[in-house]
Amino acid sequence: MEYTILILLLPFLSFILTGLLGTKLKPSVAGWIGTVVTGAVALLSYWTAFSYFGAGRDASGVFPTQIAWNAVWLPFTENLHIDIGFLLDPISVMMLVVISTVSLMVHVYSFGYMKGEKGFQRYYAFLSLFTMSMLGLVVATNIFQMYIFWELVGVSSYLLIGFYYTKKEAIAASKKAFIVTRFADLGFLIGILIYGYYTGTFSFTPDSEAMGVAKTMLPLALGLMFIGGAGKSAMFPLHIWLPDAMEGPTPVSALIHAATMVVAGVYLVARMFPLFIGYAPDVLHITAYVGAFTALYAAVVACVQSDIKRVLAFSTISQIGFMIVALGVCTSADPHEGGLGYMASMFHLFTHAMFKALLFLGAGCIIHAVHSNEMSAMGGLRKYMPVTHITFLIACLAIAGIWPLSGFFSKDEILAACFDFSPWMGALMTFIAGLTAFYMFRLYYSIFWGKENKELHAEHKPHEAPFSMTIPLIFLAAVTLVAGWIPFGEFVSSNGQAYHIHIDWTVAGISLCVAFIGIALATWMYLRESRKTADTLATKFSGLYKAAYHRFYIDEIYQFITHKIIFACISTPIAWFDRHVVDGFMNLLAKGTNSASWAIRGMQSGNVQKYTIWFLGGALGLTIILLVF
Amino acid sequence: MNYSDIFTYMHTEIALIIAIVFGFLYDLIAGKRGRRHFHTVMCVLMVLFIAGTIYPYGEAGEIFGGMFVYNPVFNIVKSILAIGTLIVFLQSDNWLRREDTEFKRGEFYVLTLSTLLGMYFMISAGHFLMFFIGLELASVPMACLVAFDKYKNNSAEAGAKYILSALFSSGLMLFGISFFYGTAGTLYFDDMVARIDGSPLQIMAMVFFFAGLGFKLSLVPFHLWTADTYQGAPTAVTSYLSVISKGAAAFTLMAILIKVFAPMVRDWQLMLWIVIVLSITVANLFAIRQKNMKRFLAFSSISQAGYIMLAVISGTSFGMTSLIFYVLVYMVANLAAFGVIGVIEQNSGGKVGMDDYNGLYKTNPKLAVIMMLSLFSLAGIPPFAGFFSKFFIFASAFEEGFHILVFIALVNTVISLYYYLLVVKAMFITPNDSPIAAFKSDCSTRISLVLCLCGVLALGIVSSVFDCINMFSFGM
Repeated sequence: MEYTILILLLPFLSFILTGLLGTKLKPSVAGWIGTVVTGAVALLSYWTAFSYFGAGRDASGVFPTQIAWNAVWLPFTENLHIDIGFLLDPISVMMLVVISTVSLMVHVYSFGYMKGEKGFQRYYAFLSLFTMSMLGLVVATNIFQMYIFWELVGVSSYLLIGFYYTKKEAIAASKKAFIVTRFADLGFLIGILIYGYYTGTFSFTPDSEAMGVAKTMLPLALGLMFIGGAGKSAMFPLHIWLPDAMEGPTPVSALIHAATMVVAGVYLVARMFPLFIGYAPDVLHITAYVGAFTALYAAVVACVQSDIKRVLAFSTISQIGFMIVALGVCTSADPHEGGLGYMASMFHLFTHAMFKALLFLGAGCIIHAVHSNEMSAMGGLRKYMPVTHITFLIACLAIAGIWPLSGFFSKDEILAACFDFSPWMGALMTFIAGLTAFYMFRLYYSIFWGKENKELHAEHKPHEAPFSMTIPLIFLAAVTLVAGWIPFGEFVSSNGQAYHIHIDWTVAGISLCVAFIGIALATWMYLRESRKTADTLATKFSGLYKAAYHRFYIDEIYQFITHKIIFACISTPIAWFDRHVVDGFMNLLAKGTNSASWAIRGMQSGNVQKYTIWFLGGALGLTIILLVF
Repeated sequence: MNYSDIFTYMHTEIALIIAIVFGFLYDLIAGKRGRRHFHTVMCVLMVLFIAGTIYPYGEAGEIFGGMFVYNPVFNIVKSILAIGTLIVFLQSDNWLRREDTEFKRGEFYVLTLSTLLGMYFMISAGHFLMFFIGLELASVPMACLVAFDKYKNNSAEAGAKYILSALFSSGLMLFGISFFYGTAGTLYFDDMVARIDGSPLQIMAMVFFFAGLGFKLSLVPFHLWTADTYQGAPTAVTSYLSVISKGAAAFTLMAILIKVFAPMVRDWQLMLWIVIVLSITVANLFAIRQKNMKRFLAFSSISQAGYIMLAVISGTSFGMTSLIFYVLVYMVANLAAFGVIGVIEQNSGGKVGMDDYNGLYKTNPKLAVIMMLSLFSLAGIPPFAGFFSKFFIFASAFEEGFHILVFIALVNTVISLYYYLLVVKAMFITPNDSPIAAFKSDCSTRISLVLCLCGVLALGIVSSVFDCINMFSFGM
């Protein structure tokens, strides 16, 4: 399977080409290069998936882990070396398919969305870079390679969020995203170093001998790694960058902040799952609580946001919380006895990537049509944009968990896993699922039904998006319709054995009921033009409403801590020290250097005789020194 | 002695001699039309030569009763020097095509290859006599090369200064060697080790011997000829002098210090300690005031030689690997810098002042970027190769306990960063009303610059290069 290396090389070359040529390329040519390359990558990924799963299971009943390609890059000791390679196992192959599909859709979509933008070529170059980094992350053969690509993903995300670099908010958002995730990555790096130091390897599967020594340190290492994952996956309290990251172009939000990068943390936990289960189950359960709290928090906040991309951003945070919970509630590696969550999490990752990308791309069409992110500028759009309307509705139904759309199946598995773990966890997650249905339909009704902003629409009539934008919508909607029927457990499960998904109708029944209640509530409150109930509720609980609208002031708390405490009490004295003591030393050095330089200039007189004297004098001087000492 | 051994152990030298003879005959026989392709022919010849000799096969061995020694790691060094020579050839074409030098192109090639041959013998020597002959073979043609533009005053002056200084240093060195013969009774490296006891006479002999190589390496206080010679010599020759000649001398010095002067290790470590501190510091102090690019790089190369000695002072096989790697990385970066200077000099009517470089980025962005990257590499900024090579030599010296020395060297890298950045500032930031006009450089210079650039960017990251050198230098 050596050809798989092309999956990484092609986007890299495309990045180099479009990046270096830049504006020398015609915008459409750059776009075509990026799209064709991503198309090729998608085909290669499908072929890889087909041949990998087609090759069948080995004697022990699992899909064998293959290293398609590997090179030792930086050897430290015999065992401890950093490799660059290409790993194929069920989850990496699954991720290849997800990433390349969404990336391809976004490439196509961007033709329409970014048309005429300044920096079109740069945009496609960055998209290629991102695709390459993300693919490299999932196929990493060792934790350090994963870290390298992890950081590359962070950089390309930074570049893409700040794409409109003349816009103040975009700059601030890109910086915020970079700094927050980088801060979390520090935990990841320390975790990796502890891991490498104690196990003596960066491999995902250290041998048991090494593990005997490292056992006591592993929970710490894994916990620190999870902090890195929490940063990328926007887990509370490191979620603050994701809503702001919506300043980037909408297709970018679809690619990075919905379907691929933000699930990197989930992927990381899944990748380290055998270690978590084997050596640090408590840490794993802590991640479950973090995920559950994040899911609840984000769902509540999503209920009151007015910017449609913000709603989607919080919904993403909430859904990633679901995935983390599903992983965290695992108690064993056997899917039949407490290991169901692993499969559920990966399944949800897969389905969520499709329908969330669809939601974001749909939101992009809407923003394209009305030139605003605010719900107040929308309403009644169903007449103007039929394709967007239908596909958006499909996605909303999917995320709400309505049978037979894909979200129903994956969410059902997650809820079943949660109920296995503890009834409380199951109840909580079911409640959040209901909230999800509510806020998604609130969003849906506010955009497509409700009161139309006639004034604005008269001025600028909303219109359906061009084909390049609707085709990805239709494709993703089709995937969302059928993806639930994929026998996902046959491919991915916690111990690699085939697992037959069977729907637990008690759980499914409850979750369906809750979802319908959520939808009904939203319909009752937001379908009609006047929103009496919603407004009354908002004024009645104005404190809660305001707090939720301001995301429970988490950003302000951060602001307070960074500005009032860190900047004022720590940074200012350090700055003073730096300016006066460190710089002073450097200035002294510079001054000393300069005057010394003038003082010795006579040595270089240009006179050969004098040179010879220096030469001989130097040799004799050295001799004398050596003789004396 | 088996005569077939000569071909096994001396294959590189024999191939080089054939190349020299070929160049010489080609110069004589080829008519006007043949000479037009002289450059291409010589470059192809060099490529063939490198391709044929680069693989370091076989075991170590010696011939002529131990006069000449072969070791796979020697072959690596020789190949590195040959690659450097090829790059210099590529860069020299533009200059050699000029009317006043056109008719003596053959001399340039033959003389350059002769010095290379001298260095090869110097590296492979197993006896002081052999070593000295190699050294002279490397020095005398070099003086001719320095004075190649003999009708130009500064080139002639540079040649005179070089040959006088070289003579003096050779004399001193020979003096030192004679003391060794007097005290040890032999000049074979292998036999001498047992008879070295560190008596005062031998200490003096070692310092004098070291002074001779210190001249080649232009270490302080044996460096004073460097600036004048570098400035006056044709740029291609300067780059050859600053890299190839230095690399050979550094490697030989380390090999001899480890092999022959092992009993006096404390003495030469102290000597090197002093010389390193002096070289790095004094050269830096001079470099920050230079206004001429060639002179500036002369001082930079003195300080780089000081850094190279950091690898020598460790005296370990890791130090040996670091040294070879450092020379390789220094070679590509310095040749890139000199290549840019040379091509600008040729295309702007001899401009080599730092002020002339103001605003270069506006007119010749590619050259400016190459210059910048090579200077970054020389200064040791990650992720360029120079960072890794500096890291390795610092590590090798640090491991052997030279903590203060490494600290001084580190402080000096800060100073060196200042003057390297001065050039970058001139090229990118300082405005200029009449910058050097945009021009198209010739094809062979471009090839050489691309080669160097690849080295600067890739050598540090592709770890297999270092590993490969490491594998063989453990055999030392």
